[in-house]
Amino acid sequence: MTAFFQSLGLSYEWAWAVATLAAILIVSLLVMFSVAMVIYVDRKVLGAIMLRRGPNVVGPFGLLQSFADGIKVFLQETIIPSAANKGIFLIAPIITFTVALAAWAVIPFDAGMVIADINVGLLYILAISSMGVYGVVMSGWASNSKYPFFSAMRASAQMISYEVSIGFVLVCVVLFAGTFNLSGIVNGQQGFGLGLINAYAVHPLLFPMWVVFFISALAETARAPFDLTEAESELVAGYQTEYSSMSFALFWLGEYANILLMCSLNTLLFWGGWLPPFVIPALYAVPGIVWFLVKTFIFFFMFSWIWATVPRYRYDQLMRLGWKVFLPMSLVFVAATSGYLMAMGHFA
Amino acid sequence: MIQAIAFYFFATIVVASAVMVVMARNPVHSVLWLILAFFNAAGLMVLVGAEFIAMLLVIVYVGAVAVLFLFVVMMLDIDFAAMRAGFARNAPLGLAIAAVLLAELLLGVGAWQAGGIRLGTPDGAALQPADVPNIEALGALLYGRYILLFEVAGIILLVAMIGAIVLTFQPPGPGARARQDVGKQIRRRPEEAVVMKRPEVGKGIEL
Repeated sequence: MTAFFQSLGLSYEWAWAVATLAAILIVSLLVMFSVAMVIYVDRKVLGAIMLRRGPNVVGPFGLLQSFADGIKVFLQETIIPSAANKGIFLIAPIITFTVALAAWAVIPFDAGMVIADINVGLLYILAISSMGVYGVVMSGWASNSKYPFFSAMRASAQMISYEVSIGFVLVCVVLFAGTFNLSGIVNGQQGFGLGLINAYAVHPLLFPMWVVFFISALAETARAPFDLTEAESELVAGYQTEYSSMSFALFWLGEYANILLMCSLNTLLFWGGWLPPFVIPALYAVPGIVWFLVKTFIFFFMFSWIWATVPRYRYDQLMRLGWKVFLPMSLVFVAATSGYLMAMGHFA
Repeated sequence: MIQAIAFYFFATIVVASAVMVVMARNPVHSVLWLILAFFNAAGLMVLVGAEFIAMLLVIVYVGAVAVLFLFVVMMLDIDFAAMRAGFARNAPLGLAIAAVLLAELLLGVGAWQAGGIRLGTPDGAALQPADVPNIEALGALLYGRYILLFEVAGIILLVAMIGAIVLTFQPPGPGARARQDVGKQIRRRPEEAVVMKRPEVGKGIEL
């Protein structure tokens, strides 16, 4: 895009700045639009599994439901509890929302279609997603109310626990790819499965790691069955209890943007990103971004499916799964993967 | 130009938020300012081309250490009046520490002005060429030249971790918390847990 703005007569520096700003705007708008549509999909899938209709009134098939909800919360009054710590109370949802959008800077939608193609892309995503917990913790503390505070404590322990096993899973992928750059990781999957399949997850050492990653992603985004931070039977609405109107909507949008990010990471790290699933020349005629979106959407469907079918975990079970099952398992797989790659002469 | 603007932006925020860490009245606000300082320090490291260290700073300090720190500070019940009462008594100690820090700062700047210590020569690590990504440069140094020190640091951390586990470990027995055995919980059937009784009117039941 820089070249396009240069052709309009701007110097390289300015063309780069304008192109980057334009790319940020386009990606943010697209992410927000997909979040709106995905919330609709979530409710429709839930409705279908629970044998009811789901949203079906606003627009054809209820497609405009999310936009109607958006306008509704936008017009409501923001209520700040008198005992709340006002500044932090208002900053918390902004942090959640900003962090959820910032992570998309390094996600490649197609070959070369990425805002920042940096060397440490995967580490950047880890860094940004670990910032996400602050929105929850700050809102829980600043609300000055019991349920949000419990929720904040649960959230911080839960996110730190599952980030550990996610980190080890990513190490396995990085060992195979030899780079932290997300485009490089996707390119490494070209013809990975016997020259026929474009996916890391077909390898017997990486498939279990994908399962661990998928479950940890559910826990990291606090989705069912790990939605203990907003367990309505125990904590009203968790950290969002005291929030209303736009400040609530920012949490809501940020949460779904994070879920989409985790789905796209599943796609990029294990299932070949923008590459077609099989090495068949006819499949390469389809634009890469279509493959990327289709795969990401399949993972989102699995997230909704799990929400509708699996009961919620107890908190001690959640901690047990993270520390006593996933952590030792992923550690063993890091050792096994590096041993296997050494034996195969991968690093020579 | 853009780099200079970015540098002054990050540097100003680092210094200002560091001052606010000390000045803030509420300890939770202090920790939040500290986190802002960490985050902007990571920005400065990106500017000097150490993007790997910058990401690690955010992942380790902002993402893990500061969360636990915030966690503890939020749970504390601090009486501000009692804390301020000791100000006059503690002032000499505080001034002494401040003086030591100032002296160290001056010494550091003086040494740097005098030419600094050349760690890279003559028998130190050879400087890496500029086109090697700094993850690879760091890896080559840590796992090559400094492998022994790196392993020792790892063992020290492992020992500290085992120590923490030993300190908090409760041996099973009387007084210990009830242990959960998931397998046992799942094997439990309704017949063993529920008893149906039909007591007659006016009579109690014995379980």
